Amino acid sequence: MADVLSRYDVLGAFWTTIQLAVLSSVGALLLGTLVAVLRVSPIRVLQLLGTGYVNTFRNTPLTLLMVFSLLGATYILGLSLAADIGANAFRWAVVMLSVYHAAFVCEALRSGVNTVPIGQAEAARSIGLTFGQSLREVILPQAFRGAVAPLGSVLIALIKNTTVAAVIGVSDAAGLMSEVVENETGTVSVFLVFALGFVVLTLPLGILFTSLSRRLAVRR
Amino acid sequence: MTAQTALFDAPGPRARRRHAVLTAVGGVVALGLLVLVLRRMADAQQLQASLWSPFLTGTVWREYLLPGLWGTFRAAVLSVLLAGVFGLVFGIGRLSAHRTVRWVSGVVVEFFRAVPVLIMMIFAFALYAHNQVFDSSLNPLAAVVTGLTLYNGSVLAELVRSGVHGLPRGQTEAGLSIGLTPAQTLRSVQLPQALTAMLPALVGQLVVVLKDSALGYQITYTELLSWSKILGSAYTNTIPAYLVAAVLFITVNYALTRVAGLVERRVARRGGRAPRTTAGEPAVLQDATAT
Repeated sequence: MADVLSRYDVLGAFWTTIQLAVLSSVGALLLGTLVAVLRVSPIRVLQLLGTGYVNTFRNTPLTLLMVFSLLGATYILGLSLAADIGANAFRWAVVMLSVYHAAFVCEALRSGVNTVPIGQAEAARSIGLTFGQSLREVILPQAFRGAVAPLGSVLIALIKNTTVAAVIGVSDAAGLMSEVVENETGTVSVFLVFALGFVVLTLPLGILFTSLSRRLAVRR
Repeated sequence: MTAQTALFDAPGPRARRRHAVLTAVGGVVALGLLVLVLRRMADAQQLQASLWSPFLTGTVWREYLLPGLWGTFRAAVLSVLLAGVFGLVFGIGRLSAHRTVRWVSGVVVEFFRAVPVLIMMIFAFALYAHNQVFDSSLNPLAAVVTGLTLYNGSVLAELVRSGVHGLPRGQTEAGLSIGLTPAQTLRSVQLPQALTAMLPALVGQLVVVLKDSALGYQITYTELLSWSKILGSAYTNTIPAYLVAAVLFITVNYALTRVAGLVERRVARRGGRAPRTTAGEPAVLQDATAT
């Protein structure tokens, strides 16, 4: 195990993984919120756009999006995001991870809105709150608290899915692991180094989100 | 949809006017995006009929797309079956009365849920190739199935556990009070109910497995994505090939999601209850987050 750690830049690879995860989760959160707003809006055309987005990207393999970003978008459509090959792959990976997970962020937020009983909105109106006030004071605070647990699972899935970027040559944890496995033959210790890296990244987050969602849960 | 009624009042005349304006704006933006994409494709000569017409011939389907779908389905079905067994064994393990069994099953399940599927596939592929466990042509399939089984089996194990925990306490108490042992209660009272409740989640998991089987691309397993790449180079129509593959994936997965929804409603009508998480979202949707 120490052998692999000393001869390969495992920490550097995991740093790339973390960068991918942080940038894409910000992107996915922004895009996903936008799609969620479309889906819960009262306007039919916008709802259809949101639903179409979710159904398209939730049902397409992330691997296909990644491969398309390089072999299709970059090479054939000429949509290069950076002059350098490595930087281009990294940026496309961030874009595709954001686009893919935005569909799940949207569903997480929507499920949060769905935890708010209609009675809450009716009560807010009947005590004379305006539309804006009832959203701000009554409905959205409950909706966000209901969305914490599903958003946590999306974030954890996103961290694990950053490995798919290896398919287009981004040298993240999975990319480095392929390289190590090719050079050294895959031993259990190589697997454990990389697997434990992800356990370290995801397990604390899982515990954090579970306790957060319990603490923030609206008692009904 | 409850969201609608909770978030918005019934629109008055001014709101209706505003909705009409937003409808127009939304339509224009959507059309604009579509035009932008098509223009880009036209500039790159991707809209020519010669690139798309191969999909109307039987050869392309017989020699590329159907073998691709077969590769995807073969891996998915094998994985779901094995994952079902894995999930049942470790799910029951987590409910065991022995602390050691419970603990070991817990560690196994949590570990394989935390490790990315691709990492498991790369490792399994190297392991099988190095030790010559299978005939070398079977290594990619075996590695894909291994990765998918370990991850999805762990997800199913959690579903078994939450399904049993979600049952009313009276069920266990009734079983014990008529003289069944705890193991008998589990086998003939709790599990049958929990498994029925799990059914929609199981179908939903098939979507995850189908999508994740595309990861086999990285370890030379020839499924739909790999076949569409080969097709793309044979007919020099890479972009149409990927788009057709995407449409195939979306169609199959969308249909499966609908089936899962149907099964869920059926189970609910029979008085069962699908395992749900704290947020009230069906477990089906949450776990579909994986690739």
